[in-house]
Amino acid sequence: MQVNEYKPKIVAFCCNWCSYAGADLAGSNRLSYPAEVKVIRVPCSCRVNPMFILRAFQRGADGVILCGCHPGDCHYTSGNYYTRRRMALLFSMLDYLGIEKERTRVEWVSAAEGAKFAATMNDFVKTITELGENKRLEDLRCKK
Amino acid sequence: MENQNNVRNEIIRRSGVNPRKCMKCGKCSGTCPAYDEMEYHPHQFVSMVESGDIEPLLNSKSIYRCLTCFACVDRCPRGVEPAKLIEAVRLTAVRKQGENHLKADDIPALLDDDLPQQAIVSAFRKYTK
Amino acid sequence: MQRIGVFVCWCGSNIAGTVDVQKVAEALRNEPGVVHSANYQYMCSQAGQELIKDAIKEHKLTGIVVCSCSPRMHEATFRKTAQAAGLNPYMVEIANIREQCSWIHKDMAEGTEKAIVLGRTAIAKVNLNAPLTPGESPVTKRALVIGGGIAGIQTALDIADAGFYVDIVEKKPTIGGKMAQLDKTFPTLDCAACILTPKMVDVAQHERIRIFSYSEVEEVKGFVGNFDVKIKKKARFVKEDVCTGCGLCTEKCPQKKVPNEFNLGMDNRRAIYIPFAQAVPKVATIDADYCTMLKTGKCGVCSKVCTAKAIDYTQKDEIIEEKYGAIVAATGFNPISMDKFDEFAYNQSKDVITSLEFERLMNAAGPTAGKLLRPSDGVHPHKIVFVQCVGSRCSSCAEKGKEYCSKICCMYTAKHAMLTRDKYPDTDVTVFYIDVRTPGKQFDEFYRRAVEEYGVHYIKGMVGKVSPEGNKLIVQGSDLLDNKQLKIEADLVVLAAAIEPDKSARPLATMLTASMDTNDFFTEAHPKLRPVESPTAGIFLSGACQGPRDIPETVAQAGAAAAKVIGLLSKDKLTGNPCVAHSDEMMCNGCSSCERVCPYGAITYADKEFRGPNRTTLIRRVAQVNEAICQGCGCCTVACPSGAMDLKGFASKQIMAEVDAICK
Repeated sequence: MQVNEYKPKIVAFCCNWCSYAGADLAGSNRLSYPAEVKVIRVPCSCRVNPMFILRAFQRGADGVILCGCHPGDCHYTSGNYYTRRRMALLFSMLDYLGIEKERTRVEWVSAAEGAKFAATMNDFVKTITELGENKRLEDLRCKK
Repeated sequence: MENQNNVRNEIIRRSGVNPRKCMKCGKCSGTCPAYDEMEYHPHQFVSMVESGDIEPLLNSKSIYRCLTCFACVDRCPRGVEPAKLIEAVRLTAVRKQGENHLKADDIPALLDDDLPQQAIVSAFRKYTK
Repeated sequence: MQRIGVFVCWCGSNIAGTVDVQKVAEALRNEPGVVHSANYQYMCSQAGQELIKDAIKEHKLTGIVVCSCSPRMHEATFRKTAQAAGLNPYMVEIANIREQCSWIHKDMAEGTEKAIVLGRTAIAKVNLNAPLTPGESPVTKRALVIGGGIAGIQTALDIADAGFYVDIVEKKPTIGGKMAQLDKTFPTLDCAACILTPKMVDVAQHERIRIFSYSEVEEVKGFVGNFDVKIKKKARFVKEDVCTGCGLCTEKCPQKKVPNEFNLGMDNRRAIYIPFAQAVPKVATIDADYCTMLKTGKCGVCSKVCTAKAIDYTQKDEIIEEKYGAIVAATGFNPISMDKFDEFAYNQSKDVITSLEFERLMNAAGPTAGKLLRPSDGVHPHKIVFVQCVGSRCSSCAEKGKEYCSKICCMYTAKHAMLTRDKYPDTDVTVFYIDVRTPGKQFDEFYRRAVEEYGVHYIKGMVGKVSPEGNKLIVQGSDLLDNKQLKIEADLVVLAAAIEPDKSARPLATMLTASMDTNDFFTEAHPKLRPVESPTAGIFLSGACQGPRDIPETVAQAGAAAAKVIGLLSKDKLTGNPCVAHSDEMMCNGCSSCERVCPYGAITYADKEFRGPNRTTLIRRVAQVNEAICQGCGCCTVACPSGAMDLKGFASKQIMAEVDAICK
């Protein structure tokens, strides 16, 4: 097998109202962050089922980041509070599931925080690159 | 300057008071029964500690005039607790003398007639072991 | 199987500069379901849109993916394009290869690779898209205004003038609210009654407005455009349609010792009463707590003197059911209780009063007929001290005061001080203030006039203690600018009490599923851009129930709320957002998890019959989403333990397909 430069696979869930707009703003301001980050748009961070995150790891993602509106700013008034609790619970179980905690993260990025979005993604990719490939929850049956 | 800042931070740490919460309404001084006895008044303690202007407070008799009646603590609308801050300044002054080792025998010489009984008792309680 | 068309946009050189659009289009052509792939310089242009329309028709496409700029930019554009070509608009997905790809990457290979993945992800999603149709619901062309103060009155008048029917529910026997209790209004000093009472009469005479006075909202069901409301009309023991408001009964009633709440208990009224002369509706009300007839059955004086025969001791509470299209909350405010402020001696001395009480003392229709007299001994006060910020800006103790600034106190205190000095130049007036906050047209000029022309003493500092001594009040406070502690011998002390939302607002908000902040003020849908709407569709906010505000602001907001209501009621049908939650009844186990997390109260439960084993019928409790209320956040989909709840347009399967496509 050829050893290439390691490129992590990173899934970013962004809520439509704040973080996705923040990502757009990062783009409009030409603030670069690694191409490994691929954004999935969801209406609200509370739409993200912990299952989606586990699915990503199962399919070979090396890191999953979830971005939502700042607490108190949720477009749906309380969605991100649910996100915060659900993810706290999920993260507490990750070690048990065999995934390093550092591979997941929740960040609050507002629509005005393009710079924060780019910085967060840079930092996250750095963390994941240091951690290396996620081999622990990869379902070999999913690999072709 | 840095030393002064250290003293300021130490006073804030020791008192557990956050002087930035003060909205400068003056209710502490409006309520203080020892106001006329004091050179610096409760609200001035809060603003002077915040700005790091500690030296005048340490040298002033005001720190011994505070009755620690806590009326200002009770009535402050912002929960600043000026009396605790005054107490912390007082401690700083007291601890400075003899570098924290105030001997019981030395105390009578330091007493003056105006010193409130409470301060004497407090000094004994805290600095004799 | 879907027939998907992929359209890659160059966006001039914005995308084509760092993404090889040709290569992207080629690569995506081989994805499952893709039957057509094209690229063009400007997809959003007229020509680009034509290209999409033609392709939809030519290749019989069932779904399209546009690789272009952010969906926040042109999703709506391309949905319209698809619709024009006969495709369901929700069969369009956008791959954001500009903001999230070409603009952030410099390297062509890297950009192209990412663009392909993003395109693939969108294709994976479209493969699972289903056509969605927004739900429609009819609109009941009648509005409900809860609260009959100046906010409610103005909102009702504006809605009714636009041609819609409005009902006002007011819990007191008369509309008018706090403004009816005021003497003069700042900064013009026109009399409150002179400008308010004509508006009250307008309401009473308006053919499209009904007033339910002495009534409360009992229950609210339904959703935007279709609220079912139960209103409890409390028994007032007087036939409203018969009573002429002559007031004879209120003079003859032998029960004279009832505290008059309109004058804040500073004088007494009878057990049967009309709150004030200009009350609307001008109908007497019997106070059941004090009426001897209702309590012991021995009296009946009012019934004997009433020439119109309007008294009915057997009257019962009545429930009125009505349908509404929109609801406006205008529940207003109250001054906070002074009980916990022992330092101001409010409960020790009658001569320590609140500003609203002072307002009644100055009012010509008040307990002293407008003469400024001390409540304790009826003597004219010569030294008055006003204390501002009593309970406002008070963060230390939540049950005592309020953390916010009550906003109106600076101005009314300046008004009181000025009026006192104007009417009684022999009276010395001192105001203790922390800050004087007078942002508003002619406001600061007004305050300065109180100081400069009327000689009101403004002292920066706060009063620490008020102690009654003999018939005087010793006010001890600090003067921060002179660095002095003052002890003033005053005859009267007036406390500018903080204001808080009316106590009825919290239970009402629960009924309306409208959200509130920690201070029990209603929250707006957006603090800057949607200030008169509640996050719950169809609920609007008017006046001080949303935050402290003065009369001009209240009236402005009342008009804004009315405009929003008119905009809603003028529609015959409401089109919803089709991306809403949907429950699979076969999988739902009726556990209520989804209902608990729904911020809009969009989920209800119904008992439904299902076919059980061996030709039996089972009745199961299943969740049902009201599509008109659901805003599509998807919170319930995650809460659902059985996986019955899903979100249209963002279904779990679709998101998983996107995850898979990215991780491939």
